[in-house]
Amino acid sequence: MDPFRAVRGGGVKAALAAAEASLLRSLVSQVMDLIEPEAARATDLDELEAILQAQVAETPEDPVLARLLPDGYRDDPDAAGEFRKYTELALRAAKHEAAQLMLDTLPEEGGKIQLTADQAQAWLKALNDVRLALGTKLGVSEDFEQQWDGLAAKDPRRTAFEVYAWLGAVQESLVRALW
Amino acid sequence: MSVAPAEVDLPRSADKPTPDKPWVTIVWNDPINLMSYVTYVFQHVFGYPKKKAEKLMLDVHHKGKAVVASGAREAMEHNVEVLHGYGLWATVHQD
Repeated sequence: MDPFRAVRGGGVKAALAAAEASLLRSLVSQVMDLIEPEAARATDLDELEAILQAQVAETPEDPVLARLLPDGYRDDPDAAGEFRKYTELALRAAKHEAAQLMLDTLPEEGGKIQLTADQAQAWLKALNDVRLALGTKLGVSEDFEQQWDGLAAKDPRRTAFEVYAWLGAVQESLVRALW
Repeated sequence: MSVAPAEVDLPRSADKPTPDKPWVTIVWNDPINLMSYVTYVFQHVFGYPKKKAEKLMLDVHHKGKAVVASGAREAMEHNVEVLHGYGLWATVHQD
């Protein structure tokens, strides 16, 4: 990969190998499936209404989803529930939209990527959501490199840690390019 | 003049915060978000200069949390929504 660089006149550019593009597309798609608002899956109005009425304002049980859609209040479940009731759908939709934009601007075969400033913001968010999802799944700590080193040579999580580290480098280069 | 009683039972209602207790936006430390990213988000979302954004990021990193903004409850809830959009672990509190 050629890391992100600022483009004169605004925006950023980078280049990805085909395997890197395919990996990113797959990870982003997984996050999209996870955060897609349930209401978006409704096929008719009755179903939509049923889903909306059944909505509970509770912290998701899945730790990855709970990290992507965190509580807005700590130590106050009522306020957290109210906050979630009014914000979670919009947050899911916004994350879904950023991820979709990332897919739309990520060539399947890899190659050059050029993003406007707005598109770069969407990438920043979507890429970070992928890191949050993978990092939460792996249970990473701030010393994730030590965790990684501590894994046995044949531990299947080694690949996931490698991907996690790579995503961090991509994100870092995007932040630097936008500064 | 009189001396205020040591304890007063104030009515507690989430909808009527006492005006002398402003609401705050808190960002909590997490092991995943990059330090550079968190600094960038503070600059981008709040318009803070890089120095201030970096200091807040380091407070989050070393102290576990930092107050990044204060004001009306609605404004703090809006901040938290925006920060959740960026994947930061943020909450609203009454200071």
